[in-house]
Amino acid sequence: MKAKGTVLKYGDNVDTDVIIPARYLNSFDAKELASHAMVDIDPTFVQRVKPGDIMVAGKNFGCGSSREHAPLCLKTAGVSCVIAKSFARIFYRNAINIGFAILECEEAADDIEEGNQVEIDFDSGIITNITKNRQYQAQPFPPFLQKMIAENGLVNYVNHQKEN
Amino acid sequence: MSMTMTQKILASHAGLEEVKAGQLIEADLDLVMANDITGPMALPIFSQMADTVFDKDKVVLVPDHFTPNKDIKSAENSKAIRDFSFNQCLTNHMEQGKCGVEHAILPEKGLVVAGMAVIGADSHTCTYGALGAFSTGVGTTDIARGMATGKAWFKVPSAIQFHLTGKLNPYVSGKDVILYIIHKIGVDGALYKSMEFTGEGVKELSMDDRFTICNMAIEAGAKNGIFPVDEQTIVYMKEHSVKPYEIYEADKDAEYEQTIEINLSEIRPMVAFPHLPGNGHTIDEIEKEEPIYIDQVVIGSCTNGRMSDLRKAAAILKGKKVANRVRAMVVPATQKIFMQCIKEGLLEIFVEAGCAVNTPSCGPCMGGHMGVMAKGEKCVSTTNRNFVGRMGDTQSLIYLASPETAAASAIAGYIANPEKFGG
Repeated sequence: MKAKGTVLKYGDNVDTDVIIPARYLNSFDAKELASHAMVDIDPTFVQRVKPGDIMVAGKNFGCGSSREHAPLCLKTAGVSCVIAKSFARIFYRNAINIGFAILECEEAADDIEEGNQVEIDFDSGIITNITKNRQYQAQPFPPFLQKMIAENGLVNYVNHQKEN
Repeated sequence: MSMTMTQKILASHAGLEEVKAGQLIEADLDLVMANDITGPMALPIFSQMADTVFDKDKVVLVPDHFTPNKDIKSAENSKAIRDFSFNQCLTNHMEQGKCGVEHAILPEKGLVVAGMAVIGADSHTCTYGALGAFSTGVGTTDIARGMATGKAWFKVPSAIQFHLTGKLNPYVSGKDVILYIIHKIGVDGALYKSMEFTGEGVKELSMDDRFTICNMAIEAGAKNGIFPVDEQTIVYMKEHSVKPYEIYEADKDAEYEQTIEINLSEIRPMVAFPHLPGNGHTIDEIEKEEPIYIDQVVIGSCTNGRMSDLRKAAAILKGKKVANRVRAMVVPATQKIFMQCIKEGLLEIFVEAGCAVNTPSCGPCMGGHMGVMAKGEKCVSTTNRNFVGRMGDTQSLIYLASPETAAASAIAGYIANPEKFGG
């Protein structure tokens, strides 16, 4: 599995309240949520984001609330992967559970700049910055989680377990 | 063996003799909880995995975030979990007027006791660590799976030990302790880890202090916060629950990544400035600067809406008036607390002082309703997050503090030292 896209870059501690503010949580319609993604930190995000774009951020991405609406709205808005120095733990598991790609890589998070063209090979964890002609190695997921992502999330994983 | 308290609870729920930090396990769950935001979203996911919940005694849905329903969509969401709760014949049906804010009502109704493994689709589910349980927040898909199968996957956390000594001074409480700790270690200082509180200082903390401290473990990035079980815990559980409890203790040689010494006697009233809970300042630092004038005060929430919180706020507000330019709201966290406030005359104190007393709800804490802020407004709040836009406009400002500091600030009209407004 590979992803390729333009980078949208943010800082440390991007919290779930700015990814999708609580005032929109009276709906869990993925398209409606996506139409408000990142509004409180970057009101231009929804106009700028293109399918396949890659989000790059600092440490503790997705801190705060347990709202799965946060990874869901980014996935639905077209983001193909978030690369960050670290993820808040609930966002981390929510992303995996819905089959939304995330990668931890401090070097990439520091070096990649807004607007760079980046390609990701999820099997090897290699991130290629096409603009800067550089490569970074992300932390690979443990096999259990790789399997869950490959099965496109927890529901398929659980149902597959039941069949066996 | 050398396991932490959290690791021991997880090992036992995974049917294993021993677990190590970093190990991936599947654990059996004793309680699975969701609310009116995360619950409705979980139901269609649940139905892809099962027709009935794994155990009707162990699933509970709490309508507390947008309730009383703030609009038609919220009403539909509340209805979805209400219908599900009745259709699945859940033993513990929760409804407005009979329940309260999830993390206050579950311990109060005796649904959580020591030794349990609990997940909730709300980040502040870590609150129940105060009772010596493992509890953590998860998202919607995890909770749907938990409701269907009674299981969840976990990466066994390592731990930071907080060794508590000393005794809190008057006008300092659990909120100041946790704001002090988060300031010290940062908002990702305990990322993926357990925060295990130990030492002779534990006995000096009331159960309400412990709930407040564990409640905000997530604000340091932690998977869970946990206190050892002592006499106070047992008294609390016997008063609130008939469930059997199990006491787990960390091994003597438990491995902690780090031990941090906390002398409770040295902690001052703390205020976390916008826009991170780790942005703490002592009241002494604040008093040296120009006064920070405020527009709103909120006293309540899953962090600080319990009985001792409201008693402390009332002791300061008694016979005083909320400043002219300020609106203050008090939100008892459960109906039982609301009733106790009536019995003890606290409601009279709040209303006489000019506070709005609202029905139990999470409303103002996450900018849902019943206390949303306009551009440029400032609020002293006993809640748990001061992120950009959390309580309303992105240009409103939230200062997190204890109930006593919030009450003193309501009277003063600026962020004030509770020691100088003593009740």
